[in-house]
Amino acid sequence: MFNIHCPYCGELREEEEFHPKGQAHIARPADPAACTDEEWGDYLFFRDNPRGIHHELWVHAVGCRKFFNITRHTVSYEILETYKMGEQPSFTAEYPQGGSDAAAMHPAQVAQQAGVHA
Amino acid sequence: MQRYSGFGLVKHALSHHENWQRQWRNPVPKKQYDVIIVGGGGHGLATAYYLAKEFGVKNVAVIEKGWLGGGNTARNTTIVRSNYLWDEAAALYEHSMKLWEGLSQDLNYNVMFSQRGVLNLGHTLQDMRDIQRRVNANRLNGIDGEVLDAKGVQALVPIMDCSKNARYPVLGASWQPRAGVARHDAVAWGFARAADAHGVDILQQTEVTGFKIRDGQIHGVHTNRGDIEAKTVGCVTAGNSGVLAKMAGIKLPLESHPLQALVSEPIKPVLDTVVMSNHVHGYISQSDKGDLVIGAGIDGYNGYGQRGSYPTIEHTLQAIVEMFPIFSRVRMNRQWGGIVDTCPDACPILSKTRVKGLYFNCGWGTGGFKATPGSGHVFAASLAKGEMHSIAAPFSIDRFHTGALVDEHGAAGVAH
Repeated sequence: MFNIHCPYCGELREEEEFHPKGQAHIARPADPAACTDEEWGDYLFFRDNPRGIHHELWVHAVGCRKFFNITRHTVSYEILETYKMGEQPSFTAEYPQGGSDAAAMHPAQVAQQAGVHA
Repeated sequence: MQRYSGFGLVKHALSHHENWQRQWRNPVPKKQYDVIIVGGGGHGLATAYYLAKEFGVKNVAVIEKGWLGGGNTARNTTIVRSNYLWDEAAALYEHSMKLWEGLSQDLNYNVMFSQRGVLNLGHTLQDMRDIQRRVNANRLNGIDGEVLDAKGVQALVPIMDCSKNARYPVLGASWQPRAGVARHDAVAWGFARAADAHGVDILQQTEVTGFKIRDGQIHGVHTNRGDIEAKTVGCVTAGNSGVLAKMAGIKLPLESHPLQALVSEPIKPVLDTVVMSNHVHGYISQSDKGDLVIGAGIDGYNGYGQRGSYPTIEHTLQAIVEMFPIFSRVRMNRQWGGIVDTCPDACPILSKTRVKGLYFNCGWGTGGFKATPGSGHVFAASLAKGEMHSIAAPFSIDRFHTGALVDEHGAAGVAH
């Protein structure tokens, strides 16, 4: 059973109040009609599936009903951080101990990092 | 290979069963093979067996990082059926079903395949419409199936609560009499023993750490026991397929999730068929030993931990107890999880890749066990000929870019 800290409610709550919604930080192509089949298929179906640090989108379904992000380890299941939509993770594949300067980066650059890249 | 028979059993009894031959060798890796199969689960061993037996490729290695059948092959709930909706999937699973029907004889190994039938329950009107559509599609494809109403279900499973006031009222079910269960570890051992008898080298505790790729052609694998060369490599590694694909610079549309199952203490025979309900994420059968084998849904998050979450167990068991009030005091003995590689359209990937000679057989998600012989057979045919077998061809990885998906979410559900 996870105890998840909802960054909006500011409280630790039990896993059953939440739903996982898949990989976080997936940018929708700016002009879908201009995508090749390859690009559109990648956007729709291809996800990171790392054995290690993973950034995921969750929703506090029976709480505040807001979406937010979790950085979690997919083998130990340890939750490293939770952060609001629009914020950037400080734990990444390059910075497993935290302290990534991702927060200072431009959002487009963040999406290019390994471990965050869609 | 020493053949198993009733006579052999009597003969070995005279020497107190101390002189049975080992079921397979533990060979030292050769420098070079014609084909390398990565992953020593049911599908990988079946592939190696059919390669050697039917397609004349005897110089084959199966590389397994742990022990045989230590992954999903021995972690599933052993259900075998072929009542899938779409023609492509129905052809694949029915091909497998036909191989199951002769498998114990073929392998000279009792896989305890028991065609006790499988019920897929319908709890809502929409469930029943979907069931009717699926059973009609099955019959057009030559797969046995019937639509039962609640009375028909009650007659088959007297202990189920089919009353109108049940929390999950049973309106009916699809019924496939040829479906059933098989003993999962016997499947891994049977294929391993038979493949070994045909000269296949099974290399356990050998982990692939990378691929040798030159000019877009596979030349072998790096392992913790040295490099091994081969011009054809088939990866059959279920939940770890994404990790292997990454080593080869390929991305797969897979997500790995924990899927769990549990067994109860043994009780007297009460359930002689398999009951599945996609709607409430529970499925149940009773093993020959008497324990109830219960399967749950996947955990929604990605994970490689080979354990499941407690909310999922609670969710499944409350559904089982609602449907079978008689089981409310049965105690659970063991619980475990396997890592399933789920695909966006709930169908597997049997495919070539951008790297010539490198093939993947993965994405079976929650329902790979039933397909073990069929998957091995068509994958072996594809590896031997260098062209995908006609049954495997629709499951190419290209379908996620062309859009020709085979959407089996209805028939695959969660259950296996």
